[in-house]
Amino acid sequence: MLRINRRLWRNFDWITLLIVILISVIGILTIYSTTRQPYGAPQAPFYLKQFLWLGIGLAGLIFIVSFDYIWLSRFSIPLYVAGLALLIIVMLIGKTGMGAQRWISLGPVSFQPSEFFKLIFIVMLAHSLSISQDLIGLKSFLRISFFIVVLPFLLILKQPDLGTALVLLALFFLIMLARGIQRKALIVILSVSIVSLPFLGSIVWSGLKEYQKNRVIAFVDADVDPSGIGYHIKQSKIAIGSGELIGKGFLKGTQGPFRFLPEKHTDFIFAAFAEEWGFLGSALLLSLYFIFILRGLDTSRKAKDDFGKILALGITFMFSLYFFINIGMTLGIMPVVGIPMPFMSYGGTALLSNFIAAGILINIRTRRFSLFY
Amino acid sequence: MKNETTLSAKIIPASIIIIAGFIIILLRLWQLQIVQGSEYRKTAESNRLRVIGIPAPRGIIYDRNGLPLVKDTPFFIASVIPAEISNKHLPLLAEILDMPAEEVYKKITESRHNPDIPIRLKEPLTFEEISFLEARRSDVPGLIIEVDLGRKYLYGPTASHLIGYLGKLTPDQAANPENHDVPPMAFIGQWGVEKLFDKRLRGIAGKKVYEVDALGREIRLFQEQQPIEGKDLTLSIDISLQQEVEKAFEGKAGAFVALKPKTGEILGLVSSPSFDPNKFTHGITYEAWQALMQDRKFPMLNRTIQSTYPPGSIFKLITAVAALEEGVINEETTVNCSGSIKYGNRKFRCWKRGGHGRVSIHRALVESCDVFFYEIGKRLGIDTMYTYASKFGLGSKTGFPFGNEKEGLIPNTAWKIETKKTKWFLGETFINAIGQGYVSITPIQAAFMTSIFANGGTSFNPLILMEDDPKKINRIDLSPQTIRIVSDSLKGVVHEKRGTGKAARSDMMTIAGKTGTAQVVSIRKESKDLPEHIRDHAWFIAYAPVEKPEIALAVFVEHGGHGGSAAAPIAKKAIESYLLRKDHEKKQ
Repeated sequence: MLRINRRLWRNFDWITLLIVILISVIGILTIYSTTRQPYGAPQAPFYLKQFLWLGIGLAGLIFIVSFDYIWLSRFSIPLYVAGLALLIIVMLIGKTGMGAQRWISLGPVSFQPSEFFKLIFIVMLAHSLSISQDLIGLKSFLRISFFIVVLPFLLILKQPDLGTALVLLALFFLIMLARGIQRKALIVILSVSIVSLPFLGSIVWSGLKEYQKNRVIAFVDADVDPSGIGYHIKQSKIAIGSGELIGKGFLKGTQGPFRFLPEKHTDFIFAAFAEEWGFLGSALLLSLYFIFILRGLDTSRKAKDDFGKILALGITFMFSLYFFINIGMTLGIMPVVGIPMPFMSYGGTALLSNFIAAGILINIRTRRFSLFY
Repeated sequence: MKNETTLSAKIIPASIIIIAGFIIILLRLWQLQIVQGSEYRKTAESNRLRVIGIPAPRGIIYDRNGLPLVKDTPFFIASVIPAEISNKHLPLLAEILDMPAEEVYKKITESRHNPDIPIRLKEPLTFEEISFLEARRSDVPGLIIEVDLGRKYLYGPTASHLIGYLGKLTPDQAANPENHDVPPMAFIGQWGVEKLFDKRLRGIAGKKVYEVDALGREIRLFQEQQPIEGKDLTLSIDISLQQEVEKAFEGKAGAFVALKPKTGEILGLVSSPSFDPNKFTHGITYEAWQALMQDRKFPMLNRTIQSTYPPGSIFKLITAVAALEEGVINEETTVNCSGSIKYGNRKFRCWKRGGHGRVSIHRALVESCDVFFYEIGKRLGIDTMYTYASKFGLGSKTGFPFGNEKEGLIPNTAWKIETKKTKWFLGETFINAIGQGYVSITPIQAAFMTSIFANGGTSFNPLILMEDDPKKINRIDLSPQTIRIVSDSLKGVVHEKRGTGKAARSDMMTIAGKTGTAQVVSIRKESKDLPEHIRDHAWFIAYAPVEKPEIALAVFVEHGGHGGSAAAPIAKKAIESYLLRKDHEKKQ
């Protein structure tokens, strides 16, 4: 199946591959360090599991690179239907974990269909936006929102996974904007959005759970109750700040092992990293993400067809959203939303879907030259 | 290709936004790590949460009249939090606690795996110690003074075998998910009622979480969770009766069980000698534990349910009932007692050397004639006696709620063949008929059997809580004739001139009873002339008032000699104590 021809080999996007492996390894080391138990009690094997998932992720990446991404466009509708079916299944028989019904259990492993659905969603959007070359009118905007966005958005919101649902929505608007909307249609959409925002906002607000409301309040004023609702942000800032210029050193962080930092190996893993590696290490890590994202944008620019362009752009937007929301949260400049750091946070399904997404980017870049013969 | 350019044209603004985002993040990082870094570093170093447990008051145990038997008293403990103490402070810590440094070091290093949980080093503290430690606390970060509630057993050793005591969680108990809400240093019920109803009594501990600084000073209360009190229990025992009987047992080993016949409620449960559960309140010392375990009188043994003894003549009740019910004898049937009976080349003696002369069932019971029972035992056969003994609950657990009850043994031919591999001999039937030989019972079985006689055939499960509903086990079908004959005879044992249980006679009520003197070794010698450990065991069972029994009991005195002289007076005391107080209360 893997057709290695010389041309592909020469054009292969090694840099993206290297960066995601590097970030993942940094992630595993950080997971190891921050889940240490002080005074030698046995450590939970999170880092080992993540290492295993890294292997699975690499396999997934190789698989996705092995065929021309154009096949994704051809199979986008069946993929989308399958993705929706999984979301419905998880709603019916899914496992509940941490207050939300997101997991499907497959023997020893359980996975989150919504993680994969994000990718399927982008593929589906890229497919339907690449059929026509015209700017998007109001009619097609409504048609696409109705057929592609509404149902999954509601399903994911129902789980409830507010973070993912909002990311999906934001992704949709960003991709539409990038694809180009007719001026008239844009004005209508924007004005309707602005007018309905307070209503939507109040509906979302009333639908929020108490802890979610608290997070927003804590974001607005972290000193309201630093031990209560502002606790996450406060401890995250202490972890990051105490890293100073060069950090406390690997395996020397205390915020995680002493359990001050909540969600230290998942959502707040960047704080655990910054504590041990300081400003210099953090800047280095940030530049890896920076290169990865800019390279994704560049891949979109260089892609040989519209489907590839929109797909690459969508995936890059997705990573950017995750990255900025997560790091903004750990740095205390955004409300606490349960959004993991791509490639770093502990979580098998997320890592696998991130590697598949990276694989698609690599695929698009590797096959960026049209064949004229 | 107009669209190509629009899509690609969007890449530039997107890149600009991304770059701006990165710059913002870098600036924020700079602010946190470089500008405010040293401040955050200090906060991180002193970033400690300290969890102090608030003990849950344990439920109070009351007696049947509502008298509290225990109370929870606060005491103070010097503890350290391993996560907060550094090794360099250990010598000073040992010095101010006045403890060997190695011991302190060992206790702390053993708990380093659970560094947030305070380790108790010294308890209970005196007030002088508390004020001294408070003054020096700032020299040793991590040293704290905790409060806990200690169990005080208000009546000391009285009813200790029933009430039980508390102790630290064993490793097995700590691993049991049932105990997940028990704080690691807390005590739980390890014996008796304290153990049996531990879940109910213990409540749920609360906690206070403090933010503390690098010096171990509590800066702010972070979180507080109030404890949930344990629930109270009311036992069916009468503590005054219990005290009275324990006093009578002073210096003797033995057991006493009193039941309310109509319900099965346990009114008193004495195993002598007993132990003082207050010794366990702060964790019993190794020496004290060794002393308890090595005591030749076995104070930790609950003789009422865990020891089995030959029943002696109290077993004659079973033989008598069996004989009357089976029609082997009637009220008038007489046997001539010449002081012994010969069977084969063996001579079976009556306790009375001269013999009782011609006796019927009534006199045989009142004067406890052995020869009469040898004879009717022979007529009944061992297997019939076995059937009747079993009906009266002998040889099986009475259902007392503690799990460690013994069954005792009621032999029959099948049992003999199975365990001894030989057939049953008639001579063994003779001695079985008077409660000697293989037969053995627990004191609680004796009391249980007595309650069946008091009820005229009905039996109830022994209960220890007032709230429990009486549970009828079954009714033995006894003819009214048999009941009348037996109860008249038992009354005669106490109230007739030649009755063996005269010592239990009371002017205030009619008492029915039966003495038992169980041979430990077969030497024809007066017990008082023998060394104590081979003297006879003394039994006395009784119920009263005969007309409407309120109490049924069994007294057992280990190596006490004659049942009539050693055990009957204790029964009398118990009955008078319980019934007179009851009458008194009624009148009020």
